[in-house]
Amino acid sequence: MATAAGTLAHHAESGVWSWLTTVDHKRIGVLYGITAFSFFIWGGVQALLIRTQLAVPNGEVIPATLYNQLFTMHALTMIFLAVMPLGASFSNFLTPLMIGARDVAFPRLNALSFWVFAGGAVILTSSFFFEAPGAGWFNYVPLAGRTYSPGQGIDFYVIGLTVLGLSSLMAALNFAVTIMNMRAPGMTMMRLPVFIWMVLIISFLLILALPPLTVALIELLFDRNYGTNFFNPAEGGDPILWQHLFWIFGHPEVYVLILPAMGIVSEVLPVFSRKPLFGYSAIVFAGMAIAFLGWAVWSHHMFTTGMGAVPRTIFAANTMLIAVPTGVKIFNWLGTMYGGSLRFNTAMSFSVAFIALFTIGGISGVMHASPPVDTQQQDTYFIIAHLHYVLVGGAVTGIFSGIFYWFPKMTGRLLDERLGMTQFWLWFIGVNMTFFPMHYLGLVGMPRRIYTYDNDLGWGFWNMFETVGAFVIAASVLLFVINFFRTMQQEPTASDNPWDAPTLEWATSSPPPEHDFDVIPVVRARDPLWYNRDHNIQAEQPTGEHIHLPPPSYYPLLLAVGVSVLAVGPISHIAFTALGAVIAVYGIWGWALEPTE
Amino acid sequence: MDDTRWARARAQTQRFLPVMALAVVAVLAAACETNLPQSTTVIEGSHNATLWVPYRMVFILAAIVFVAVMALTVIFSITYRERPGRTARQFHGNTRLEIVWTLIPIIIVTLISVPTVNAIVAEAQPIAANALRVDAIGHQWWFEFVYLDEKVTTANELHIPEGREVAFNLKSVDVIHSFWVPQLAGKTDMVPGHVNDIKFTALRARPEPYLGQCAEFCGTSHANMRFRVFVHTEADFAAWLKSAAANGANPASALEKQGQEIFMRSACIGCHTVQGSAAAGKVGPDLTHVGSRTTIGSGILVNTPETLEKWIANSADVKPGSKMPPMAKSDGGALSKEEITAVAAYLSGLK
Repeated sequence: MATAAGTLAHHAESGVWSWLTTVDHKRIGVLYGITAFSFFIWGGVQALLIRTQLAVPNGEVIPATLYNQLFTMHALTMIFLAVMPLGASFSNFLTPLMIGARDVAFPRLNALSFWVFAGGAVILTSSFFFEAPGAGWFNYVPLAGRTYSPGQGIDFYVIGLTVLGLSSLMAALNFAVTIMNMRAPGMTMMRLPVFIWMVLIISFLLILALPPLTVALIELLFDRNYGTNFFNPAEGGDPILWQHLFWIFGHPEVYVLILPAMGIVSEVLPVFSRKPLFGYSAIVFAGMAIAFLGWAVWSHHMFTTGMGAVPRTIFAANTMLIAVPTGVKIFNWLGTMYGGSLRFNTAMSFSVAFIALFTIGGISGVMHASPPVDTQQQDTYFIIAHLHYVLVGGAVTGIFSGIFYWFPKMTGRLLDERLGMTQFWLWFIGVNMTFFPMHYLGLVGMPRRIYTYDNDLGWGFWNMFETVGAFVIAASVLLFVINFFRTMQQEPTASDNPWDAPTLEWATSSPPPEHDFDVIPVVRARDPLWYNRDHNIQAEQPTGEHIHLPPPSYYPLLLAVGVSVLAVGPISHIAFTALGAVIAVYGIWGWALEPTE
Repeated sequence: MDDTRWARARAQTQRFLPVMALAVVAVLAAACETNLPQSTTVIEGSHNATLWVPYRMVFILAAIVFVAVMALTVIFSITYRERPGRTARQFHGNTRLEIVWTLIPIIIVTLISVPTVNAIVAEAQPIAANALRVDAIGHQWWFEFVYLDEKVTTANELHIPEGREVAFNLKSVDVIHSFWVPQLAGKTDMVPGHVNDIKFTALRARPEPYLGQCAEFCGTSHANMRFRVFVHTEADFAAWLKSAAANGANPASALEKQGQEIFMRSACIGCHTVQGSAAAGKVGPDLTHVGSRTTIGSGILVNTPETLEKWIANSADVKPGSKMPPMAKSDGGALSKEEITAVAAYLSGLK
């Protein structure tokens, strides 16, 4: 049953102020989604500029410095401002709904996470108006040091990522606490939807991975601005230290990006195969194994830095081991399709495409897990192919599947299937056109991060082919945007459970009321709605008791403004730090004393 | 699964598998057959020969896994597609299958591990007694090569003998670079404050050079940081070494003579060395035999008097971010067009 009044009109308030002060996890999820998708488009524009420059040998569209800034910002935008927060959008909207709760454990902290994310995104992106960072997203020193990057670009990078990290850390703590503590009666850990398991695993990854990154960023901030020498070889520092700290964060970060998509696919495949997930526990434990092993592989990003034979062997072995749980997941998804009755709508098509595309990225990952092989593939387009099959073919394909699947729950409307399937085929063709030839280009020696190449190297044809592919991807995304706006103009008529799905979010209205559930559902099996359906169990009737919801608050926004202003001190004037600190302290004070009714 | 469905699936497999296998083989064959100058699948050095064993192994296994998973995905997508009268069978898993497909990737990575460890161990062997020892030093954005025993310094064009091991100390004076000649050897980074090493034997002499390129992003002109490796017979190499150890040639014409005078009284000598002259700068490439190199600007321009003029006038025009300041008056330097022509003539004469 759809709520008559429309998407979010049933909320007590509407208008800009209600969005600025909301502590409702669903609205925060929507804020994350819209912000992140906007950045996804912005990152895509950067990618098109990059591809345009590389379309022909000795291209002259984008000059060297701008090109270097573009590939740096493309990675930062896509990783930190698009794919991560798109995952956060799903986890915000869905986590309480899927575990049968009325909100996250700390609703105001959740709002703070979003607004701090917005502050970090503004800081990082505004660098284009001053000087964008241009030392790559991995930002290796000494290139990123003051001597070789004298401008402010790297400082924007340092401050932006520090603020974004703060946001992710708060969100991770919030979701770990929520999932551990706020599950509905009967929702044991081994009945958790796989998507929720992945959110939990990601939360622990972020809690552990962000501190090393923050340490590295602060050390770099001090090296650049206050005369320390953490990374300066001339004074006894070591540039390799940065690489260790960065990749101890950077590799788990890869799993932060891909695990939400694995969770989404694990929800979508059973629904449209009309049968339960194959090997639930295997998929859950494989997710844990990936996350656990993910801590012991960071140096495979550094095989060519002159590591000795022993560490190369150990990190190679650990890296190859990750193929085992990853393979288990892929086989279990195929097992879910086996014997089913597959309904190939857009959501399902994206999920099946995820299996195929992610597998390609996984295979190439095992290939350069071998250090001798990696000495030929490291820093070539083979790696670009690998990481884009994982992050575009994997993560973003999974995210599109999730958007089509949960759109009726989020908005009360079903996206147009005809446009959706057209978008899907353009996406599938475009992704393969753009990224598959990169394997070949890497094997014939094309290094990454080069703004130009000579004609006689023989790379021209496939580069042009890839550029055409990139525009096919762009057309696919454009179709989605059109589909989104067209669908949003229609009346919200979606039923509570249009897909006959088994998880709790489909037990409430589409979109859900502000309090999520009139009555907190009782969970009797792993696929609760299918169990209730098959056992003729009716939903509990509301008792009419008062449902307490936290009131809106502007303190999260205020505190986020304070933190962001405080953070830009080192790149502007120290007075901003003082001003930001005052705002932040006022925000914390007001927050602490705010009444809860 | 009933018999008709099996038959259908088998038919689909038979149609589909050859296509997939063909795709994989095509990519692989394209990569192997191609003789592109920076192809990693062309084996002209011992390092490449060593790593080719695991390289080939991962490709074969990757192709098998790729075809298997893609085939299953497509076959399941067709076979189990929703159709009237079809109901999904309800089951939750199968422990025996889980064990089997946990073992499959374990077997695959074990197969990859063996040649991998062998190759790592092979690379870790001590340097041969007769090895040619060279310091390769990364600069933004060019390579310097110093032959340690022969006391010869050159830039961007490395000359080595065939069949003899060359042992490099890899260094950097500024940021991190990476030393990579795809047809001869995999890459190793040049890290400031560290000395890395790589060694390989070029398998055969050939007239055309092997192309190398910096493989670690190192700033503005990273894309323009290239170098060439010439592999000679031992006799040719000895001859090259003899000429490379000689002092810079004397000017052969009036124009070259004039160019030399301008060179020696200009900013040039602050950064460049010409052996046997007053020019002893250490910042830029050694120019003692610059006229004998095939390219300038770390491999981005063919070496002619005209390109030299262009370079001297304003190197950043052809190589963004170049550390060499413009010399032409029109670009804020000190030299007139005629003076630049003379200097270019002098440098071209430094064979």
